[in-house]
Amino acid sequence: MPESVSNMRVGLFVPCYVDQLTPRVGLATLEVLARCGVEVEFPGGQTCCGQPMANMGCGADARALAVRYAEVFADYDYVVCPSGSCTAMVRHHYPELYAGTAAQRAVWSRTYELCEFLTAFADLDRIRGSFPYRVGLHRGCHGLRELRLGACSELVHERGDTVAQLLRRLDGLELIELERADECCGFGGTFSVDEPGVSALMGRDRIRDHRRAGAQVIASTDVSCLMHLDGLLRRQRSAEKVMHVAEILAAAGQ
Amino acid sequence: MAHTELAEEFVADEDRARWHDQALWFVRAKRDAAAREVPEWEELRCRAAAIKRHAAAHLADYLEQFESEASARGAQVHWARDAAEHNRIVHGILAQRGAKLVAKSKSMLTEECGLNPYLAARGIRVVDTDLGERIVQLRAEPPSHIVLPAIHLRREEVGELFHRELGTPAGLADPERLTAAARSNLRSVFLEADAGITGVNFAVAETGGIVVCTNEGNADLGTSIPKLHIACMGIEKIVPRAADLAVFTRLLARSATGQAITSYTAHMHGPRPGAELHIVLVDNGRSQLLATRRDREVLSCIRCGACLNTCPVYRRSGGYSYESVVPGPVGSVLGAASEPEAKASLPYACTMCGSCNDVCPVRIDLRGQLFRLRQDLVESGLMPRHKRVAARLASWLMRSPRRFGIAGKVARWVLRRYPNSSALLAADWTAARELPRVPERSFRELYEQRERERRR
Repeated sequence: MPESVSNMRVGLFVPCYVDQLTPRVGLATLEVLARCGVEVEFPGGQTCCGQPMANMGCGADARALAVRYAEVFADYDYVVCPSGSCTAMVRHHYPELYAGTAAQRAVWSRTYELCEFLTAFADLDRIRGSFPYRVGLHRGCHGLRELRLGACSELVHERGDTVAQLLRRLDGLELIELERADECCGFGGTFSVDEPGVSALMGRDRIRDHRRAGAQVIASTDVSCLMHLDGLLRRQRSAEKVMHVAEILAAAGQ
Repeated sequence: MAHTELAEEFVADEDRARWHDQALWFVRAKRDAAAREVPEWEELRCRAAAIKRHAAAHLADYLEQFESEASARGAQVHWARDAAEHNRIVHGILAQRGAKLVAKSKSMLTEECGLNPYLAARGIRVVDTDLGERIVQLRAEPPSHIVLPAIHLRREEVGELFHRELGTPAGLADPERLTAAARSNLRSVFLEADAGITGVNFAVAETGGIVVCTNEGNADLGTSIPKLHIACMGIEKIVPRAADLAVFTRLLARSATGQAITSYTAHMHGPRPGAELHIVLVDNGRSQLLATRRDREVLSCIRCGACLNTCPVYRRSGGYSYESVVPGPVGSVLGAASEPEAKASLPYACTMCGSCNDVCPVRIDLRGQLFRLRQDLVESGLMPRHKRVAARLASWLMRSPRRFGIAGKVARWVLRRYPNSSALLAADWTAARELPRVPERSFRELYEQRERERRR
């Protein structure tokens, strides 16, 4: 731990769709961080990281947002974000799309996904409580294969598991074992509407895997995957619920 | 047709799509187990990547070295600028010797060049001797996978085909008996062929030798009986030294099928006594890829198929949805880099999950390449106008928190007030899924309220 959390100024980056569609995940993030002694600020100038445009191929349209992001968070020691995907966009893809100034690159590189941030800086003993459910952890691809938040099934190297390690701290929580530990759910941003049939089949296959393993809750670091899976679950009138990892950590502590 | 449409067609038969997915996932799982048996797996991948990048950077030198070493061993080396020249050269060699029947082992390059129809049109019968290739040849179809050409077919379909074409009993679908039928049918081809054509997995600059890997021994058989062997290879197949082969033979079969090594690894150095060996080196757009810094990396590909097997989109859309000789992630990169206009939909046949990067034995950044190719397509004006406008509009909205806040508010109000018409407007989303349940207030509204209350 490089410095004391209490002396750091930490900005909260809430992805646009979390802001508009699942504000409860933003609130849960605030709560978990507060419990760990991290007071964060949400600068109102923030909007979207630009990933949808960049993934469409319109990187030029995303560039303005990369610049804006660096301005909005310039005065913070760290930025924390409850999304692996948006964090990967900021940290890995901004510098690819746009060289930026040293100062801009510095802001991008000190952006952390929530579980990463907690693991790096927080007193993990404060992550506790009870969540007596069988949880299936859906790995968001960008959090997994770009930020390496967990062990990747393709790689032979042993790796820590940032997300599972946090969830395992909770009493009663049982992490179920999936047949395909980290297959993509098929959301893929605009892919979900460009190839809706393939996207939906991928999602239904993920749900089957979780169901077979007896999951009551499907958890993820990314609301985007969960929004897609939840849409499929509700269409099937299924009993499984989706929850962001922050929501589980927050609910357990109450 | 765009990948989108063909993929939607494939996935409409959900049972078949799921079966295809599971058949290929099985191969992916075998690959994982095989990789885990090699503790230095990740180091091997790095080594292989470095060798391939080095060979590509010095390709001209290594090709000349290969030519002189292979010639010194008695092989005749030919250079083909493109597919047409390749086909002319191969036909010329065959025609000069009056060859009428050719036993061909698997070669994606000859698929790329369209050699079979070219020779057939000139009265030369080419029989594919790899079982999967033979199956698709009998069906007059192209391969749907670069290692498992007939993976899209169920055994019952192969049974019907063999019943029709090879006279096996009706209803026979036992893989072993079907394989035996194909073997005995192919035996006469091997015995009577005037020439054998093979692909090349690796060509060694230092020795002038070529290496052909198969599981069926068909390359060995097809080149051991006829007096003429023509080996066709893309110029990117060069590795500098014989010692480098160890790195690749350890990676290739494990990545491709989860085997420790292919059943047959034939090292051929010059012709057999009394026979001829011709090696055709084909460019066909490769030096163009080499000249473009961002596309160069894809020339490292050793055609193992691991990225196809792991790609969740390929597994559920089938090889034909790519309409390319090489489908899947690496095929999308090759296709869109070489023919951006015709293959504009391929870089989008991807969720950006990145699994292909992590299985690739030569560490090609496929995900990154597809991401960059998307940028190129948009810059060359190849994106549909409505999407371009949508991205511009989204960017304009997001450049101002005020505009974003208002747009969000309006969208949420519409979604809550008119859920049915919203569902209609978002038909591509709602065909299979519900729209998200929308909250009354956004996070920023709730946060501002919280801060106001705190200050009070």
